[in-house]
Amino acid sequence: MSPGLPWGKMAVMSPVSRGFHRRRQDPAENAGRVPPGQYVTKDFPVLSAGPTPHTALDRWTFSIGRSGQQKTWSWAEFRALPTQDVTVDIHCVTKWSKLDTAWQGVSVDTLLDLAGHDGPFAMAHCDGGYTTNVPVADLTGGKAWVAYAYDGQPLAAEHGGPARLLVPHLYFWKSAKWVRSLELRDTNDPGFWENYGYHIYGDPWREQRYAGD
Amino acid sequence: MAGTALRRRLTWQVAKVSAVTVETASVRTLTLDVPDWPGHQAGQHLDIRLTDEDGYVAERSYSIASAPGEPVAITVERLDDGEVSPYLTDELRTGDDLELRGPIGGYFVWEPENGGPLLLLAGGSGIVPLRSILRHRERTGSTVPVRLLYSSRTLNDVIYRAELDQPPSGVEVIHTLTRSQPPGWSGYARRADAALLAEVAWPAAAMPLAYVCGPTSFVEAVSQALVQSGYPPERVKTERFGATGGT
Amino acid sequence: MEAVDGNAIGGLLQEVFGIEMTDAASVCESCGADRQVAELAVYLRAPGTVVRCRSCDSVLMVFVKIHDLTCVDLLGLAALG
Repeated sequence: MSPGLPWGKMAVMSPVSRGFHRRRQDPAENAGRVPPGQYVTKDFPVLSAGPTPHTALDRWTFSIGRSGQQKTWSWAEFRALPTQDVTVDIHCVTKWSKLDTAWQGVSVDTLLDLAGHDGPFAMAHCDGGYTTNVPVADLTGGKAWVAYAYDGQPLAAEHGGPARLLVPHLYFWKSAKWVRSLELRDTNDPGFWENYGYHIYGDPWREQRYAGD
Repeated sequence: MAGTALRRRLTWQVAKVSAVTVETASVRTLTLDVPDWPGHQAGQHLDIRLTDEDGYVAERSYSIASAPGEPVAITVERLDDGEVSPYLTDELRTGDDLELRGPIGGYFVWEPENGGPLLLLAGGSGIVPLRSILRHRERTGSTVPVRLLYSSRTLNDVIYRAELDQPPSGVEVIHTLTRSQPPGWSGYARRADAALLAEVAWPAAAMPLAYVCGPTSFVEAVSQALVQSGYPPERVKTERFGATGGT
Repeated sequence: MEAVDGNAIGGLLQEVFGIEMTDAASVCESCGADRQVAELAVYLRAPGTVVRCRSCDSVLMVFVKIHDLTCVDLLGLAALG
């Protein structure tokens, strides 16, 4: 056990591989910006639970609201909405964090105002069948966007393009790629990863990775 | 013996690196001294586990490069943005410990009684398990005819080049170099496509057994072309390494 | 993100089921496609390992490592083994 480990920490069970370390930036540089258990990367890893969907823009729509009463925009209509440029830190549950990522998108506040709807919870539905649930309180007040550009370029398909949900204050599995609708609901039903054991809320600052954390 | 190996409990154990061989500028073969190795079949792989001082763990799978009966060896290609491969190719030294478990796999294996003729199709580091099959064939004295189609970016990327330049009797090696070719190159110079396969592959009527290994895109293209040319799908075994052949 | 195949989870499957599974038969609950496990589409780079039907993309198996426990969901399979 190396000196300096706090009492109560479990000894590492596997033998240490001489000279091996994961890629990480000097933590001192980023004090206060990196949630517990995370390391900072300069890459932008691509994670996916399935094949990358490719939706033609002339078929793409985005909807928001309660099931059966949603407001829908075509790509052209969506791109005509007021947009914001935001720079945020993002934190993946697989432990990488990326600081100062630059996005362009429509605020979910704008979308909800235009839809004229309310509801306590939202389920994001995506091309390819992915879903994730987020309380509406975590999508409003300037905390979330439907983003279509990253780093000044149209969002690449592998990173969720044409558009993805962006909710940077929660673990990045909540920032659903290939998002097509936000369905407002009265119940906080679990989405894809939440169903398989991930935390229903996912606050990286309280390290809520798995159900029960 | 093989049956016993398949039902054994799979546990992690610590091996020692006994030799590091340079295959190409970015590829190394690590020969391993594994204390409790039960033997393996040609085509199987093992899992490697690396742990850093903070307890961070990374696991990857690598095909076994050696034949059953030879010392266990794996061949690793360094990927520039890889987390594990640069450690294995550049940092690991003779005498170092390496945690592994294996052998693993019962689908992508070949034994002489499986017969042939054999069509082996390798994309990049996909050559590794196929080389184990070739060595096993030779060590057992099998006379099953083999054609190996090996796709590499350049001649300098060809792994086991000296060995493949001197194939044993009954083995034909056909290279295709997809990115650049040396002056005077008269061989294939493009990605394996249906037309190339039509020239190289055993005809479907010969009831061949095909093993395709490499990046996912290579395996998909080649296996689909073989099935379209009449190979029964169950006679085309595939092993996909992902977009860049593992990290 | 390109998928790999069931060969890549041979070790995981043997750890979870106690036996070699890559050449085991599987049947998709959704479309009935039957394939050996080695030939299924596997997505490793994700918060969990997701195994999908190569014919219809339905999720067949999901493995999630929750602290030190490997949790397995096989509800997408009509049959395995």
